[in-house]
Amino acid sequence: MADHSIDVRYVANLARINLSEDEIERFGTQLEGVMEHIAKLSEVDVEGIEATSHATSVSNRVRQDAPQPGITSEAFLQNAPDQGNGQLRVPKVVDA
Amino acid sequence: MSLAAQSLTALRRQLTAGEISARDIVEDSIAQISARDGDIGAFLSHDPESALAEAEKADLTLPLGGLPIGIKDNINVLGQPCTCGSKFLQGAYTSPYDATVITKLRAAGAIPFGRANLDEFAMGSSTENSALQITQNPAAPGHIPGGSSGGSAAAVAAQLIPATLGSDTGGSIRQPASHCGVVGLKPSYGRVSRYGLVAFGSSLDQIGPLTQNVEDAALLLNAISGEDPRDSTSLDASVPDFTEGLDAGVTGMKLGLPKEYFTDGIDAGVRERVETAAKKLESQGAEIVEISLPHTEYAIATYYIIAPAEASSNLSRFDGVRYGNRTENPADMLELYQNSREAGFGSEVKRRIILGTYVLSSGYYDAYYRQAQKVRTLIRQDFEKAFEKVDAIITPVAPEPAPKIGAAAGDPLKHYLADIFTISANLAGNCGISVPLEPLNGLPVGLQILGPQLGEQTILKVGRAVEG
Repeated sequence: MADHSIDVRYVANLARINLSEDEIERFGTQLEGVMEHIAKLSEVDVEGIEATSHATSVSNRVRQDAPQPGITSEAFLQNAPDQGNGQLRVPKVVDA
Repeated sequence: MSLAAQSLTALRRQLTAGEISARDIVEDSIAQISARDGDIGAFLSHDPESALAEAEKADLTLPLGGLPIGIKDNINVLGQPCTCGSKFLQGAYTSPYDATVITKLRAAGAIPFGRANLDEFAMGSSTENSALQITQNPAAPGHIPGGSSGGSAAAVAAQLIPATLGSDTGGSIRQPASHCGVVGLKPSYGRVSRYGLVAFGSSLDQIGPLTQNVEDAALLLNAISGEDPRDSTSLDASVPDFTEGLDAGVTGMKLGLPKEYFTDGIDAGVRERVETAAKKLESQGAEIVEISLPHTEYAIATYYIIAPAEASSNLSRFDGVRYGNRTENPADMLELYQNSREAGFGSEVKRRIILGTYVLSSGYYDAYYRQAQKVRTLIRQDFEKAFEKVDAIITPVAPEPAPKIGAAAGDPLKHYLADIFTISANLAGNCGISVPLEPLNGLPVGLQILGPQLGEQTILKVGRAVEG
């Protein structure tokens, strides 16, 4: 039988999300069941079939490059967890 | 009958006749919520003061003048919270702008009022995944209201407010409408702007109305439809008056019953209700024909690759940097991201982020994501072929009436499998509506009417014939 397990710890790191040991184990079991169901897709013959990314045909649309009112930085920063000098503040990213 | 218990159409008549005021309706809705929503849990919050202030200024000459509309808590309304049912945003986010549907509602004179509960980030079909509160099914306390727009459906069913907006990514308007006994319409993909709807599956999401009857759904759809420069996927299609010709009837229409939908997995009572509705439509002059949607059995697998893939990408914006709750004293950026996301998201959201990240990851992309996109094409083609033969398709909404709260706890696949009748419309971009049928032992059951892209007028007509 095919292996449908997911390396949850590895994928969680890709998704930048911490999980508890309990979650890693629980999600592993639950998602194995989901992947088992999903595996049936491989039996469909898709030779010559185009992929659908949107149900309607969407194409790039352009508008005039003219200034329009938008959300002000004050309005945006009202939701910031931390800020200073009109900017978002985060822990140091680059070593001096 | 209390004002909040009446249809938009009935209220509108009384408003324009000067018998009632907008303030009367809003005051009644406030009173109903404060008296009864403690037991139901449809709303996460509501702001009586701003709604009353808007009621004072309401222009009753407009199509929705003075009518309060409840809003699912994943649609931005300027100055109101938008929690998405998540601890990530609870108490930490106030919308700095109106979604386009809200701008349009206001332009039509409506008053956005109340924030309706939902499965966290709209991921679920029972509203049990809300991190903030449980919502009861008003028709059957102890049972789920459905989801993810469970609060929106329960608010209308409990007659707390005349109508609400929800969002539908895989059935999230139609299924709670069916479980609660109200009308719920998912417009065709692109009919309604998604700007200001917190994105879950961007190629699948649509905003739509939940109402007491089909005419109200048409009235709300009139207000929210149309192209939007802020959503490049919104369609540049003319918007008809959806209330026109509603009573035209179904004489001469061809309605399809997909044979793949009537299998062993469906509750005998639900099946009987749908077949009875088909006979009723036949007696009104419609021709009922059997059709085939051969790729139905692959719809759930396709959906549960594409929707989590899009979700994992969309939810990367919740990183604790710009808005929402941030973990305390992170040592570095990585810890800020990882710990904020661990604390902010509930189990179902984490599960889908893991699933979505996995199917997009190197080495699996072609086997899963690409394959699913191709099968999506086949599912879409099934519908295109079907709609060459029929005007609309009639199906159940859910395989069984609303289960008890907690019945499928810990078994995500069981929840996912129950989406079988609704998700294909999102994959194909079609429109669909759920209209109440006669309840089964007190539990509401809906009929789903699916139409082709931009076929809302047809499904509204059929819906009206079912309810009439």
